[in-house]
Amino acid sequence: MNKNKDVDSIVIRLAGDSGDGIQLMGSQFAVSTALSGADFATFPDFPAEIRAPIGTTFGVSAYQINLGGGPITTAGDAPDVLVAFNPAALKVSLPMLHRGALVIINSDGFTPRNLTKAGYDTDPRETGILNDYQVVEADISHLNLEAVREFGLSKSEGNRCKNFYALGVLLWMFDRELAPVEAWIRRRLADHSTLRDANIKALHAGHAYGETAELAASLSQIELPPADLEPGEYRSITGAEALALGIAAAGELADRSVMFCSYPITPASPLLHRLTRLGELGVGTFQAEDEIAAICAAIGASYGGMIGVTSSSGPGIALKTEAMGLAVNAELPLVIVNWQRGGPSTGLPTKTEQSDLYQAVYGRNADTPLPVVSASTSGECFEMAIEAVRIALRHMTPVILLVDGYLSNAAEPWRIPDLPSFEAIDTQPVPKSAQDPQKQAFSRDALSHGRPWITPGMPGLMHRIGGLEKDIETGNISYDPANHQKMTELRAAKVASVAEFIPDQQVELGPDEGELLIVSWGSTYGPVYQAARKTNSSFLHLRHLNPLPKNLGEIISRFNKVLVPEMNTGQLVTLLRDKLCVEPIPFSKVSGQPFLINELVEKIDAINGDAT
Amino acid sequence: MSDKLTARDFATSQEVRWCPGCGDYAILKSVTKALADAGAKPESTAFISGIGCAARFPYYVETYGFHTIHGRAPAIATGLKLANPELDVWVVTGDGDGLSIGSNHLMHALRRNVGLKILLFNNEIYGLTKGQYSPTSRIGTTSPSSPSGSFDTPVSPGQFALGSGAKFYARGIDTDKDGMGHVLQQAHAFRGAAFVEIFQNCIVYNEDVFAGFTDRKDAASTQLHLRHGEPMLFGKNGDRGIRFNQDTWSLDVIDAAESPDGVLVHDESNAVLARLLIDLQLPIAMGVIYRQPAQSYEDAFYAHHPSRMERTKETSDFIKGPSSWIVE
Repeated sequence: MNKNKDVDSIVIRLAGDSGDGIQLMGSQFAVSTALSGADFATFPDFPAEIRAPIGTTFGVSAYQINLGGGPITTAGDAPDVLVAFNPAALKVSLPMLHRGALVIINSDGFTPRNLTKAGYDTDPRETGILNDYQVVEADISHLNLEAVREFGLSKSEGNRCKNFYALGVLLWMFDRELAPVEAWIRRRLADHSTLRDANIKALHAGHAYGETAELAASLSQIELPPADLEPGEYRSITGAEALALGIAAAGELADRSVMFCSYPITPASPLLHRLTRLGELGVGTFQAEDEIAAICAAIGASYGGMIGVTSSSGPGIALKTEAMGLAVNAELPLVIVNWQRGGPSTGLPTKTEQSDLYQAVYGRNADTPLPVVSASTSGECFEMAIEAVRIALRHMTPVILLVDGYLSNAAEPWRIPDLPSFEAIDTQPVPKSAQDPQKQAFSRDALSHGRPWITPGMPGLMHRIGGLEKDIETGNISYDPANHQKMTELRAAKVASVAEFIPDQQVELGPDEGELLIVSWGSTYGPVYQAARKTNSSFLHLRHLNPLPKNLGEIISRFNKVLVPEMNTGQLVTLLRDKLCVEPIPFSKVSGQPFLINELVEKIDAINGDAT
Repeated sequence: MSDKLTARDFATSQEVRWCPGCGDYAILKSVTKALADAGAKPESTAFISGIGCAARFPYYVETYGFHTIHGRAPAIATGLKLANPELDVWVVTGDGDGLSIGSNHLMHALRRNVGLKILLFNNEIYGLTKGQYSPTSRIGTTSPSSPSGSFDTPVSPGQFALGSGAKFYARGIDTDKDGMGHVLQQAHAFRGAAFVEIFQNCIVYNEDVFAGFTDRKDAASTQLHLRHGEPMLFGKNGDRGIRFNQDTWSLDVIDAAESPDGVLVHDESNAVLARLLIDLQLPIAMGVIYRQPAQSYEDAFYAHHPSRMERTKETSDFIKGPSSWIVE
């Protein structure tokens, strides 16, 4: 066996029709990679249509995974291995590949009809465009059907096993265990014994095929070193999973039940699905009739003493805006999770973007500030969900948590946190009963401006709240001009006070003064971190966006230039200019795809070149 | 135990700011009396409203209260009821708030059968925004936004409710203390969404729009007060009755003395009958028109929840996921 020991990271891309089971194949490969101890990051890239027309380039569903000794923080720039199930998958993926990459082609998929649908006039296998690549052709469809023939399945049922056949080949290539995937098939198809056995057979047949002489010559087995990860217990986790667990953990830390209210929308729905399985943690889920009802029901639950949480994507967040203002005015806690996607309007529902920062920070009628935080990685969605709830309860305010479509589905190894090390989440003390409950309900803490969370059912504390302006002292409706001025200032001071409670910003890489500082936020963390590391640049990543950490301005002042890469047209640049009077250099990418490390390195090199 | 509370105990010290003579004053009195009569606890009662004249209601009741945003009260009340099903939650809305901007939420609260008492103050006009025609305004209503008369077909609150799957629909007239008292008690006792349409006179923008049947001197012959299991009689001496006309599939008025056997007996659980009663024009049907008890949404929610919203496990029981591994 010709084992290549020198590889420390490898990028694999699986691509085919959206009906080919690519996402399933990719996620199972990720699980087996995780169990082998390698670090990894994934990027599911699928079409908006549930079943897009077969064979077309816009119907291509892909799953990219970067694995190796790490640290791995992105799904990788250019794939080293491509598995293409049809000509469209090849056409879409070829421009991304490294020269010399291994291209595994399912030759059964290269029919004249499929070639035409993909827009190939001539078969790419014959034109020479693959000369720079190491091409392996395998009749995966045909071999798979042969392998499962004994089960007497229909042709379409048999064909549906081919993703496991291909997965078997990959697992052999990367020296992965078949057992976890087999166990998964057994669980998943427990009630369909024939399909279960057929898929297991396909998996083993693919694995055997990799090992037999037919392919062994061209596919060298690749063995990756274990990742250099901090010691601890790890699992594979997506952002949706981590966020769901974080919300539940926040309920535990605050000793409150959680009511999650949402309306289905891409790419936010996985969070709803995850939370429905966490009922025993005191979590309820309510699928509302629309986005507005979802946030309103969450507000109602918060009013009733549970932690109200709602979640959506940009268009849905827009619909929730008026209700956010109500929660600000009523001084009720609430967490609003925004899984950002490409826009405007319906835009690119399945593609990622960071273009709702303005919406989160500035996007409401009137002077209606609220705290905004964001998560950088799938795993960090756990901590930032807790942080969002902590702020909401301490300050009695709605909080926006910005995540994005990439994090929702991307899996990474996650060091399981030590829950007892998290501080309990506190609220302001509630009086037993009060002479003037209306006034008592709005007696605010001097530092956080949070009010006691008095909820219906508490005797002797009946009072009224609402969307009308209220007197700063008595809590009664007030149209007094001077009072409105004070209340507006109070709402601003409350949000500003969050900065007194959050940690100082750290410079994560490089010297803490110098020529160039790279500043990023959200899911761009991975590629920006790698690019900064490769170029020995100073780098910091923001988790708190409103208010910004108190020491951020001081850090930035120690550098001559600030580069802000973001997946929008410069929204953090605007925010920094607004809040800190600085003029960063924007670097925008709005293609619906995450940043590549190389394009960031090039940009950094160009800026450094200008300086010298 | 303290002495029984009275209607006065449910009144706040807030200055009531409706127009003098507004029907809302009478409704407020009936509601506070109904709360006292039902032995409601102020701390366990919450009034949730949207926007409009009616939406000021929570400020005037000495209970918990939340004056929210336009049309969304049923959604907010749903969240509150799920968080604390023991609460007595009332929604106060109007024809614009409940049937125009908020009709979607009203529909879903009704079809889910959320345990809310929903009072829809119907005055067939937008009062707070100064008199525009509303979704219940009759065709031809002249208003600042329809100077030559409106031409929208109005919605029937009762048909809307039944079409949405409501399990309780009743009607009352703002100034009819007895009728309101009865309807509010029945609504309060219903475990599910109790939808009450109240004919409310807006003396500024739509005065006397219901006078055709609310005028007291003619009330006996213009109103049909329904009681489950009792014949549908009305008129000065109960001399007139309602029968089902099999030829036209509609309700007719007949002489009750002449054909007593032809008079229909009210059956609250009959949805077909309820729909005919809703459309009856003269007399106008009042009281509980439809009632069909069914499991409330909050009861179903807790019954389906694996731990009835209690925390019976810890996050650490779930945090490892399907598989985990140790890095040394």
